Amino acid sequence: MNAIQCEHLTKQYPKVLAVNDLNLEVKEGELFALLGVNGAGKTTTVKMLSTLSAPTSGDAILLGKSILHDREEVKRLIAVSPQETAVAPNLTVFENLQLIAAAYGLAKKEALEKSEQILRRFGLDTVRTRRAGKLSGGWQRRLSLAMALIGDPKILFLDEPTLGLDVLARADLWEMIRALKGTVTTILTTHYMEEAEALCDRVGIMKEGRLLAVGTVEELKQQTGCEKLEDAFVQMIRKGAAQ
Amino acid sequence: MKTHRFAVRTAKEILRDPLTLGFGIGFPTVLLLLLSAIQANIPGKVELFEIAHLTPGVACFGLSFLTLFSALLISKDRTGAFLQRLYATPMPAHSFILGYTLPMIPIALAQTVVCYLLALILRLPFSANILLVLLAVLPNAWLYVSLGLLFGSILTDKQVGGICGALLTNLSAWLSGTWFDLNLVGSVFGAIANALPFVHAVELARALQNADFGTALPHFLWVMGYNVVITFAAVFLFLRQMKKN
Repeated sequence: MNAIQCEHLTKQYPKVLAVNDLNLEVKEGELFALLGVNGAGKTTTVKMLSTLSAPTSGDAILLGKSILHDREEVKRLIAVSPQETAVAPNLTVFENLQLIAAAYGLAKKEALEKSEQILRRFGLDTVRTRRAGKLSGGWQRRLSLAMALIGDPKILFLDEPTLGLDVLARADLWEMIRALKGTVTTILTTHYMEEAEALCDRVGIMKEGRLLAVGTVEELKQQTGCEKLEDAFVQMIRKGAAQ
Repeated sequence: MKTHRFAVRTAKEILRDPLTLGFGIGFPTVLLLLLSAIQANIPGKVELFEIAHLTPGVACFGLSFLTLFSALLISKDRTGAFLQRLYATPMPAHSFILGYTLPMIPIALAQTVVCYLLALILRLPFSANILLVLLAVLPNAWLYVSLGLLFGSILTDKQVGGICGALLTNLSAWLSGTWFDLNLVGSVFGAIANALPFVHAVELARALQNADFGTALPHFLWVMGYNVVITFAAVFLFLRQMKKN
């Protein structure tokens, strides 16, 4: 079954066509990467799918719910981890988790249990009483991901989850994201080709609001005759520019 | 639960910020001490800096920092993508608005209590009327909190620093009649000050401190008129930025 089905999804800003007639299907439990250079429309796509921005035309169905007509139901199914580390800086790690649990409507007891589970699962137990704003970038990203998962979302949007992290912090986060495969449908936007290659079941390449190609990493390499995803990506983007 | 948890978060974010103690409590305290020291050293009888006259004004001036705290938090949440994360949850719009505004009321009460405790130490004669001033805190705090929601919805955190931290606090100070008699400056200045709510907020507190309800009522109505208009504008602008996000 498809977790996400985009049907002619379009976003027109006054001067820019940010997303142009996007048709895309993502299967349940799949980890799907959206790749593209700056301004390709990845973040706008995520914003539309996560109900943060209304499409100009078209629709997307998330587990049977329309982002146009069932906004509140869609919100109960999804979670977003934005590009910037969106944590409350003066709250502790534990308090941040409690806040998001409450936002998803979890009762007090359930919120406490879920927070404890998530703290253990993400290795955040040691920093549970530290203020989020005082954590390093890597720990903040880890907390950001934990906050996104506390409401048990069926679909998760990760916008540039490892941007600016060092190699070790990135490897840690990759491990956590990989563990979501099969249980949480994940849409990940990234600039890092190796990230998409290491984590994702399928990849979509966007340029200037259009989806140029979709497939597994191997399929994209075969389509272009390249050995590396990065080369395949560059070739597709250049070809897309030439068209 | 959602509103309550978000309100607790707002309170913690503000109270754990040293800026709150520094400006919200520290600055009015220093002013009260400084002006009382000046008053003690002025020969003759000058009514302006007398503690009974000064305290309601300083207490109201302290509340003007609520706009800064509130607007700064909202604009940082907006620009730092924290609200983006929360907007994608099932939390309704009213939880955001109440969660940002309600926790400011007890903070305002605490500010006023601290201000009056210090004033009592500085020989403000104790009277049960002081408790009435706490009633004046509610409409006055509402004024500054709704301004915080309004500015936080439209300004960046850097702009908030300039407009709420410098401009608004100065405006509300100079046009409040706390530090000097507005009529001494001229009729135009007086007319502008009287058209704005700040002087009425101070006069409301002064009138209640004297249990003069007849004088308090027109000032109360003036402040409440502003409150209603600013609150409608603030809610509209907050919902608009929420939709835009």
